Amino acid sequence: MKAPAFRYARPESLDEAVSLLAQYGSEARVLAGGQSLMPMLNLRLLAPSVLVDINRIPGLSEITAHPQGIQIGATARHAAVLYSEEVARAAPLLALALPHVAHLAVRNRGTHGGSCALADPSAELPACALALEASFVLRGPGGERRVAAQEFFRGLYETALGADELLVRVDYPRAQAGRRYGFDEVARRRGDFAIAGLAAAARVEGGALRAARLAFFGVADRPVLVTGASREEVRERMETIEVAGSSVYPPDYRRRLMRVLLERVLDAIGK
Amino acid sequence: MKESLTEREIRLIVNGREVRARVPVRKSLVDWLREDQGLTGSHVGCEHGVCGACSVVLDGAVVRGCLTLAVQADGARVETIEGATEAGRLARLQEAFYQRAALQCGFCTPGMLLVAAELLERNPRPSRDEIRDALSGNLCRCTGYHAIVDAVEAAAAGTR
Repeated sequence: MKAPAFRYARPESLDEAVSLLAQYGSEARVLAGGQSLMPMLNLRLLAPSVLVDINRIPGLSEITAHPQGIQIGATARHAAVLYSEEVARAAPLLALALPHVAHLAVRNRGTHGGSCALADPSAELPACALALEASFVLRGPGGERRVAAQEFFRGLYETALGADELLVRVDYPRAQAGRRYGFDEVARRRGDFAIAGLAAAARVEGGALRAARLAFFGVADRPVLVTGASREEVRERMETIEVAGSSVYPPDYRRRLMRVLLERVLDAIGK
Repeated sequence: MKESLTEREIRLIVNGREVRARVPVRKSLVDWLREDQGLTGSHVGCEHGVCGACSVVLDGAVVRGCLTLAVQADGARVETIEGATEAGRLARLQEAFYQRAALQCGFCTPGMLLVAAELLERNPRPSRDEIRDALSGNLCRCTGYHAIVDAVEAAAAGTR
């Protein structure tokens, strides 16, 4: 189908974008890469009265490395993040995860901020942000505020973003020596949303797991964090996660996948 | 404050030619190319980003023509299968597709070619796995995937 009628605004500054959002409130939708929003419009699942296209805001797609980490602008395309050597150095988990995000043409257009702000429970990037202790920089009429990944994802397609706020960038702390990263997911076909997936950051000493941050995704209404100081501990804690199911993928099946992913990813990290 | 509009003037380069047009803002790039520019080589399949038949090149990168609005191409360079063919940059792939019978009904072929060309630009000698990965976002309703992968591999090797 075709998208329903809407009005279109193309702000050329952050201030203009935020004031448009303040003006239209929940009637407006932010158009970033459009790789989820446009399908929802074409399928008539959404009918916003205004699209606020943020693709022309100068600087919003920048990827900026600094000694403490890396800042990824909201409209940085998945492809730009995937091919960035600075990202691979500062946040190697993203480089492991991004090949799993959709397909080539979708990665050419889809954005880092868009994927995070949508908060699809099966999406890869929110889980990475959670495992890496990223923080989200939001801008509203009153200025900027910073929200930790743990507080940003609130539920099914629900985030800490207010209707008049725009996600400006995601800040990742720099990968430290001795930290290892792993990623894997199970999907029906390559590029599909995951049935279950795992983004992992951990410290490994002499082949033994220490201080792991494991973010499972596709298994609940938001990515779920499991921390632990040993493989046994994370195995145990993982079992306490309440796993969501559907008629196609019952909870027991998803839990089984989580166990498989845990061992696979931790084996890869330990190598 | 800037106004929100239901129609907008755009200026862009389509297959090397400058075009000015007034477009309804809800019109997708692929619909505009097909209906208003007569470039019907890009096909409209699923209209929600799954099939890849609508692939076009926007500022040098293959995108879904159904998930990009025409108004968003304002100021951009757009290349369709017609332009890429005319420029000759797909010649080796097209010859390999022909030799390997890598098209049956042909509906997916423009998208397959554009994506394969972007893959080969980035990775001139991909493995079969890498070829499959790159083409995973393009559906062939005739299910002729083996021949398509063969053809991309042959084009990469510079052989038939």
